Amino acid sequence: MNTASLVIERGTPASRSAGIGVLTIILLLAIAPQFLSAGAVDRMTALFIYVILAAMWNALAGFGGLVSVGQQVFFGLGAYFAIRLANAGLNPFVSLFVSAVIVGAVSWPISLFMLRLRNGEFAIGMWVIAALTHLLVNLDRLIQGETGTSLISLNVYDASTRRLTIYWLALASMTALLAILFSLLRGSTGAAIRAIRDNEDAAASVGVRVTGTKRQLFVLAAFGIGVAGALWLATAITFQPKTYFNVQWTAYMIFMVLVGGIGTFEGAILGALLFFLIETWFGGTGVWYLIGLGAAALAFSLLLPRGLWGTLEERFGWRLLSVGYRVRLPASAADPTGEAISPAPTAAHSEKA
Amino acid sequence: MNATPNGAVLSAAGIHKRFGALVVLDDIDFAMGAEEAVGIVGPNGAGKTTLLSVLSGAYPPSAGTIAFKGDDVTALPATQRCRLGLVRTHQVPKPFGGMTVFENVFVAASHGAGLGRDEAYEEALGSLKLCGMLSIANRRAETLGLLDRKRLELARALAAKPTLLLLDEIGGGLTDGEAGELVETIRELRRRRIGIVWIEHIVHVLLQVAERLICMDAGKIIADGEPQAVMADPQVISAYLGGGPK
Repeated sequence: MNTASLVIERGTPASRSAGIGVLTIILLLAIAPQFLSAGAVDRMTALFIYVILAAMWNALAGFGGLVSVGQQVFFGLGAYFAIRLANAGLNPFVSLFVSAVIVGAVSWPISLFMLRLRNGEFAIGMWVIAALTHLLVNLDRLIQGETGTSLISLNVYDASTRRLTIYWLALASMTALLAILFSLLRGSTGAAIRAIRDNEDAAASVGVRVTGTKRQLFVLAAFGIGVAGALWLATAITFQPKTYFNVQWTAYMIFMVLVGGIGTFEGAILGALLFFLIETWFGGTGVWYLIGLGAAALAFSLLLPRGLWGTLEERFGWRLLSVGYRVRLPASAADPTGEAISPAPTAAHSEKA
Repeated sequence: MNATPNGAVLSAAGIHKRFGALVVLDDIDFAMGAEEAVGIVGPNGAGKTTLLSVLSGAYPPSAGTIAFKGDDVTALPATQRCRLGLVRTHQVPKPFGGMTVFENVFVAASHGAGLGRDEAYEEALGSLKLCGMLSIANRRAETLGLLDRKRLELARALAAKPTLLLLDEIGGGLTDGEAGELVETIRELRRRRIGIVWIEHIVHVLLQVAERLICMDAGKIIADGEPQAVMADPQVISAYLGGGPK
């Protein structure tokens, strides 16, 4: 076959330097606490958690087409199981991650019936699951209903050790989860995930295991959001069910992803950063902050439906953390980033096999 | 008239398909040999596309059994049938709109044909080349016009490495020149020993490839055999000119 001379590109020169840039940023973040105030360290921890939430919701909805407004169920369960495990005597830091594994395990049976639903039914169904789980957690005597409880065992560590440990754990979790997500979405499973999003029947007709692939993504997202919930508990110490099982968490995820750019890996991270900045600057203004968030989400969905990164990607052909495939065509070899390659026939190969 | 059950690569027996009270397929018996090229014609609403959907596993028959390569596949969903080599295209194209043309085809090569990365690349590029789509490999599928969407259906199905390909009106709306290219492509598939079932309204295009013709009307097969004989069959003529067999 004479297509052998064609090359499939997975990145651009820009995306290769972006990889180095990402590594540098993570290394800088790892040593950053030396130069940051205690308050700033806490804020940065929150940012890492936001990035995890945005990346997970984006993977589910932007890549997999599974729009859920009930992801707070895994956030709340992440915190709840951590409380339970720590109460049973497990080291509180270890509890955070064991808890996330349990969240992932719990999401599997949930997926068995939830993934039979499609679109709006799935979205609202997840919200119902979240509300139901919230009520069940309230029944646990340890939690004392809406009074809540605390991750008391963290108090054996002094405040600065605690703060730094949580910071590094959050940074490491974010890095690891983004890496896992990126390699999943970049591989052949990622292509199947996007195919299911675009047309489930067609995906099945070309051999994609639709339900199994969705389940894989659903469980991974549950695990990631479970990590985020447990980390949030570690920073906040107190656990009140209504705070953690609040739909606002999913609303934040949706906001970050829509503003950043749904369905692009970079977009979710950018959206989390924007949300973090908006919250840092305007979070103290109370109800106006929420009105501003809502207005911004509305403006973005009307004016820039592809979000910030999606728009930049479309206009300038920017691809930094790209999961896609490009065929380097002979006619366009000089312009590997060219978005719109001319559809004119370009007599690619003349010799016959 | 049909291929013997022993030599048949695909056989369907007693197929019924009902949607509520509506009977769309009414006791279809059908068998074909490997490497055979079968055309299916019939007036609108005859049940052609439904037959293809039932054969490919998009939905189960209300009654009847389907065997492929000697195994009963009636209970197998489309994903598994595709992996066995029974692949269809869609009459109304169903591209993966947010993905590029290459990515559309790559999904089929890596999941349908079960190929590793480099082989899947090769298979995907080969399918695109055969269908004349290499030059637009990096276009997002949602930007394609109808003709390219139909071509993409064919390229994507091919990348799944079918032994039997079910084509549903991939030639509709083509100019004579384009139809000629399509016929050439299908002939190439036959040289690669791929069996073909092809539903098409443009009979003169179909007859350049099909060595056997089936005419359906009102959920039944009303004629099956040598193409010219089928076209001359009084029942077929009456189905097309109105009146119907009832």
